[in-house]
Amino acid sequence: MRARVFVTLKPSVFDPQGKTIADALHSLGYGGVEDVRQGKYFELDLATTEAAAARALAAEVADKLLANPVIESYRIEVDQS
Amino acid sequence: MKFAVIVFPGSNCDEDAYHAAKDVLGQTAEYIWHKDADLKGADVVILPGGFAHGDYLRTGAMARFSPIMREVQAFAERGGPVLGICNGFQILLEAGLLPGAMLRNKGLKYRCEHVHVRIEQTDTPFTCAGKAGQVLRIPIGHGEGNYFAPPDMLRTLEENRQVILRYTDPEGRVGADPNADEWNPNGSVNGIAGICSQARNVVGMMPHPERACEALLGGVDGKVILDSVVQSIRSGTLVARA
Repeated sequence: MRARVFVTLKPSVFDPQGKTIADALHSLGYGGVEDVRQGKYFELDLATTEAAAARALAAEVADKLLANPVIESYRIEVDQS
Repeated sequence: MKFAVIVFPGSNCDEDAYHAAKDVLGQTAEYIWHKDADLKGADVVILPGGFAHGDYLRTGAMARFSPIMREVQAFAERGGPVLGICNGFQILLEAGLLPGAMLRNKGLKYRCEHVHVRIEQTDTPFTCAGKAGQVLRIPIGHGEGNYFAPPDMLRTLEENRQVILRYTDPEGRVGADPNADEWNPNGSVNGIAGICSQARNVVGMMPHPERACEALLGGVDGKVILDSVVQSIRSGTLVARA
């Protein structure tokens, strides 16, 4: 089973890279892109076939390593693969 | 007195720290490979600058899994003096030995230049030879030195006087908004350049004192940081030994 973990800076934390990308898009004429937040994406291939167990395991490793809880938050998606 | 300089794959200021301890301070110094599990009787531990483990995932994130870090943590818990410089500071944050986290520099640029920092507190093993308010001109070289702590943590840090170095102008002044101060090279919250642990023996700083210990290298202002730990150990206020 595959879990996907999306890690981004918390909304309260300034994201200088996202801001720079947004500015670049604006200079390309994409004024409709109001804001950009940059993050990281992880694909975890898990031994379990239980969606709940996969989600729990992904959350555990996100808490322990993939995200830094001081500055980052994460979102998990689980699907069959 | 023995300095242990921890060497991670990707450390690149280990030789600078070793040179400062051995040749400038005249102390014993030894490199300790990150896979070792013994600090070999060191009195001081330095986590040097560089790009430990290639900065994979986040700066400092992988280094906390190096076997030697268990020993560094135990040494710190016994009250031993630990100094993390630049990437070493980032490692201490990721290892949970110091509070907070590092973000990419506000201007996104890798900043490599001399900055001014003011000594805020002198009751740590790495600032005790200095004077409160003393301004040091020390080089920085980093892309992720934008120190961040959420509001509650920041309040606690300031209340506990754990902010020991702050970016200032050459006269030691901070602007009205220290976060946007022109002297703040990376956007660090409250202009924080260095902090200590609650027990005060673990110190992290982004500027490189080991690169500012000899006039030949452009200045000796960083020497007070390393002199401090020698003085601190000699005075017997620190007793931990690896």
